[in-house]
Amino acid sequence: MILSRRQFIQTGLAGSLVLSFAGWLNAASARRLSAAEREMLAALCSALLDGALPKDAEQRRQLVALTVDGIATAVDGLSLATQKELGELFGLLVLAPARLLLAGVGKPWREASIAEVSEFLQDWRSSRLGLLQSAYGALHDLTFGAWYARTDTWEAIGYPGPPRGYF
Amino acid sequence: MQDPIKTGLANGWKHVDASTLTRNQTVGADVVIVGTGAGGGVTADILSDAGLRVVLIEEGPLRSSSDFRMREADAYPELYQESASRKTADKAVNILQGRCVGGSTTVNWTSSFRTPPEVFDFWQRQFGLRQLSVESMSSWFAVMEHKLWVRSWDTPPNQNNQVLVAGAEKLGIPVAGIKRNVKGCWNLGYCGMGCPTNAKQSMLLTTIPAALNRGATLYTRLRAERLRFTGSRVSALDCMALQPDGIHPAGKRVQLRARHFVVAGGAIGSPALLMRSGIPDPYRLLGKRTFLHPVIISSALMPARVDAYAGAPQSIYSDHFLHRAPIDGPLGFKLETPPLHPVLYATTLQGFGEAHARLMREFTHVNALLALLRDGFHPESRGGQVRLGSDGLPVLDYPLGDVIWEGARRALLAMAEIQFAAGARWVTPVHETSPGYSSWAEAKKGIAELPLKPFLCRVVSAHVMGGCGMADTPQRGVVDHRGRHFWLGNLSVHDGSVFPTSLGANPQLSIYGLVARNASLLAAELSGRPPPVIP
Repeated sequence: MILSRRQFIQTGLAGSLVLSFAGWLNAASARRLSAAEREMLAALCSALLDGALPKDAEQRRQLVALTVDGIATAVDGLSLATQKELGELFGLLVLAPARLLLAGVGKPWREASIAEVSEFLQDWRSSRLGLLQSAYGALHDLTFGAWYARTDTWEAIGYPGPPRGYF
Repeated sequence: MQDPIKTGLANGWKHVDASTLTRNQTVGADVVIVGTGAGGGVTADILSDAGLRVVLIEEGPLRSSSDFRMREADAYPELYQESASRKTADKAVNILQGRCVGGSTTVNWTSSFRTPPEVFDFWQRQFGLRQLSVESMSSWFAVMEHKLWVRSWDTPPNQNNQVLVAGAEKLGIPVAGIKRNVKGCWNLGYCGMGCPTNAKQSMLLTTIPAALNRGATLYTRLRAERLRFTGSRVSALDCMALQPDGIHPAGKRVQLRARHFVVAGGAIGSPALLMRSGIPDPYRLLGKRTFLHPVIISSALMPARVDAYAGAPQSIYSDHFLHRAPIDGPLGFKLETPPLHPVLYATTLQGFGEAHARLMREFTHVNALLALLRDGFHPESRGGQVRLGSDGLPVLDYPLGDVIWEGARRALLAMAEIQFAAGARWVTPVHETSPGYSSWAEAKKGIAELPLKPFLCRVVSAHVMGGCGMADTPQRGVVDHRGRHFWLGNLSVHDGSVFPTSLGANPQLSIYGLVARNASLLAAELSGRPPPVIP
């Protein structure tokens, strides 16, 4: 029997089994992001930062890549236990069956539209499972942290940056 | 800008960055102090002044004004626990805690309050702490206020704090100015990233340099792993060197032997060290009753620029809502403001995509208020529990129960009303399903119906307290009123973990005062000098 996405998400046991499986795949924990993980994170960044990213496709691609680099740097600064958990989450999201069932995204990440990715993010954000809500929170915080850590994002929000010239 | 830390090092301070050790070490001292924050710093100053040989152990790095560039991207990974994203076990509460020399005092917002009288009364009644009172502690607070330049802040509040003044005054809610531990403050607003002008009188600039000038030794990038004890005495502390990233072990070890051991690793770190060490805990109190002052936030769009990143971050507060009910009744809350910087605000703000971007474009017009809930007094507010994860590092379980959410709702209402009274054109709780409100009437109705649950309503904390609570007997406390462990004669706990409840006030001065007292009593005992003249 194939579970519908919603049924699957609401099945806490299935969720934790898949996460354990992904954890086993990523047992080495701290490591560089794989190409598949970068693609997945790029798709999430495009949706999370929609509205902050420029319209021009090439500029957008470059800024998303910088943000993914920023996420990788931020993850390296977390405790090993948290790095392991995020490794499990990323590892899970790049598995096609999990992407389909748990995230409800039918296409490979690079082909998924902003609307499709946003729907997945909204599902996790409002999920009844704390595990998925916390996963959404981690993706939210990592992405916005990596974006607004960069000085070139400040002009758009009117932030002049720290005072200069006195030190 | 002169950097007094660089000068001190050039003049021969004994600092060992453990990430550079090439071999294991065994070191002897009179007293070993774990942690260099509010508790460890004051202890090191007072014990070294009594002629005792002191060694300080810090897990974080030694950083100082020339490193403090006012950039979130550098400051959070360098100066905070887990890059400022430490979380409770379920990830529902984000905890800001320093991890560098000076601990949280290096990155706090300088708010200084004495322990409130009603808190001492509660401790006397519930925990038998009759030695601690407003009267008995007042001289200790005065000593530390003098030493750390705790004064009223006479510069006009920044616009973010001014919103709290304007709204509260309109509603007849009393507010007051916050005393700050600063000397020649430039009113820049970047206290949370380390003070770049050496104005903040943190442990980094005061007590720790004093101890180092007297020959104390400071180890950084060194994690205290386990206390070794035989019978009722601790004999040694085993430590593990960390790599320069502060995360991975470097492979070298340091063992410290001393007459006395002071644990001051903060309310998550201290109970965890005692647990890892298997310290006797017959009544199962260790790591229990950990309090957070759970904080909820209300964000408003103001008609004029607020620039909440600029100027002293916290200068105004209101305790009006702490005094609406008995201390053990429905949770009271203290109102203050947080500074807003792009990363801190963007990660805390709910939502994503265009909705998030739209709010961020109004960044300069945002006012935020925070309510700090006074946990640990209501019989059902028993706080959280520190336990050890599979890697031996601490994890904090902190269930957000009904009693917290009831207080959170009242606080969200109070903050929205104040913001509208101050002229806000739009207000939203930091909450995933709040649509935001354009008038107080709308907010009043909306917030009353808002589902308040973990993850939906954002909860953060910057004050971790408890876990090694003090009391008159070992049946209800881990340490006595002097911070002395009930079972091990030469072990003390000198930090916020000894508080048996939260405080309802930013904790730094409460820690300074209590630790000044307890370190002075300890210094007299260990040095054979007369006890302090202050009672």
